[in-house]
Amino acid sequence: MRYTGNIIKYGDNIDTDVIIPARYLNTSDHKELASHCMEDLDKSFISRVQPGDIIAAGWNFGCGSSREHAPIAIKASGVSLVIAKSFARIFYRNSINIGLAIVECPEAAEAIAEGDKVEADLDNGIIRDLTTGQEFRTAPFPEFVQKIIENGGLMESIARGVIK
Amino acid sequence: MAMTMTQKILAAHAGLGSVQAGQLILADLDLVLGNDITSPVAIKEFAKLGKDSVFDNNKVTMVMDHFAPNKDIKAAEQCRMCRDFCGEKDITHFYDVGEMGIEHALLPEKGLVTAGNAVIGADSHTCTYGALGAFSTGVGSTDMACGMAVGKAWFKVPSAIKFVLTGKLRKYVSGKDVILHIIGKIGVDGALYKSMEFTGEGLSSLSMDDRLCIANMAIEAGAKNGIFEVDEKTLSYIREHGGAEPEIYSADPDAEYDEVINIDLSEIEPTVAFPHLPENAKTFSEIGDVKIDQVVIGSCTNGRIEDLRTAAEILRGRKVAKNVRVIVIPATQRIYLEAMEEGLLRTFIEAGAVVSTPTCGPCLGGYMGILAAGERAVTTTNRNFVGRMGHVDSEVYLASPATAAASALTGKITSPWEVMEK
Repeated sequence: MRYTGNIIKYGDNIDTDVIIPARYLNTSDHKELASHCMEDLDKSFISRVQPGDIIAAGWNFGCGSSREHAPIAIKASGVSLVIAKSFARIFYRNSINIGLAIVECPEAAEAIAEGDKVEADLDNGIIRDLTTGQEFRTAPFPEFVQKIIENGGLMESIARGVIK
Repeated sequence: MAMTMTQKILAAHAGLGSVQAGQLILADLDLVLGNDITSPVAIKEFAKLGKDSVFDNNKVTMVMDHFAPNKDIKAAEQCRMCRDFCGEKDITHFYDVGEMGIEHALLPEKGLVTAGNAVIGADSHTCTYGALGAFSTGVGSTDMACGMAVGKAWFKVPSAIKFVLTGKLRKYVSGKDVILHIIGKIGVDGALYKSMEFTGEGLSSLSMDDRLCIANMAIEAGAKNGIFEVDEKTLSYIREHGGAEPEIYSADPDAEYDEVINIDLSEIEPTVAFPHLPENAKTFSEIGDVKIDQVVIGSCTNGRIEDLRTAAEILRGRKVAKNVRVIVIPATQRIYLEAMEEGLLRTFIEAGAVVSTPTCGPCLGGYMGILAAGERAVTTTNRNFVGRMGHVDSEVYLASPATAAASALTGKITSPWEVMEK
């Protein structure tokens, strides 16, 4: 799994209420959700995000509500990967389950700056900041989680008999 | 290998003799929950499998509580989608307007959760049922769909923080003050991925409503679950509400904990979490004059009968401050009826508050009490994130029912100790 994109950077404790405010949870349409992504935190996000962009953020990204609409909105907005110092646990599960790539790497999330071009090779656990030349190491996903991602998500894994 | 209480429940549900922190397991589920905003996404995921039925029509439950009674046309469509699905799949425990309540108050009240259960819910506050000695955790819609299909969920076995409670709460101090104090101490990610296990001789003085409130907000410290040791109070609550036969799990005496935190309940004071994180907990020596526009008393955290009794005791025979809108929301139909029979609703209305049908509405900025730019609310809900209750420039202050009621009287954030005899 390789991802290359430009960085959009946020701070600590980015909660699912700002990722997708509850007033928009009366729909589960992916495009509609994406059109309000990050609205209460960063009104410019949706106009500047480009396909493949990578979000880098601080501690506890995705804290709060269990709404799967949050990783769905991020994925549907074109973001290819989220790098954070840490993730809230429900957001972490949800991202894996819907196939949004995420990776915990405190060093990378700290050092990488807004606008940097970054390449992430998650199979080998390497994140490269192509703008500054810095390189960071991450732990690979546990095998069980890799299986879910390789099969395209949790429901696909069940359909294929990977999870019985 | 010594195990925590949570680890024992997970081991039993994974068919394993023992488990350890960090291990990935597949666990059997006793109950799978969804609401009107998370279930539609789960129903779409479920459809991908082409299955005609859920794994057990008695072990899936949907509660229409977030935007119900329907707040708008889209919300109505979402509720209809849930209603149709539950009808088609013959789901026994489908709760619609008239029977519904706020899910985490409703399920324990209906006896749908018992000690020793493993429960997932597509709602982050599903951790509430830890008060009953169950392993219970919030998940997303895809996990819910998987749970509905196969009755299982994958988990990474959590390590735990042990909270040893001693002493007894002072008057007008409740479970809400305890959990806000704890989150203030350990932070919004202080228990990230972990269990919060509550034990100690102080436990016996905490009511079930206090425990449900404390377990409810474990997620606000990032925890996977909050869980209380089972005692006589737990067992009689489960019996009274017609719950299934409890299975009692206790932590091994030599179980390993990441941390042990001692809490003397008698030292806890009325506590308020300032915007925009639940960890911004302050006691009244640190709180100056904060004028407010709205008070909400309700939610899955504090919409239970004891919460309403406390609020009514403070509001009885008094009037809420001019220009403060006070919204009281009993969490279930049964609590609503009890409050009516006890005269609490009359007290609220005479004081100048409104009483709403059960709904999550204002807590997440859905409807029934949205804030304008610059407005402030003192609420008994569980989150005070940016824009949580309305405009991005509004502010939410989290507090107990006693503090919310005292603040309603004065129009500024006020300790119950200021308006009542300690």
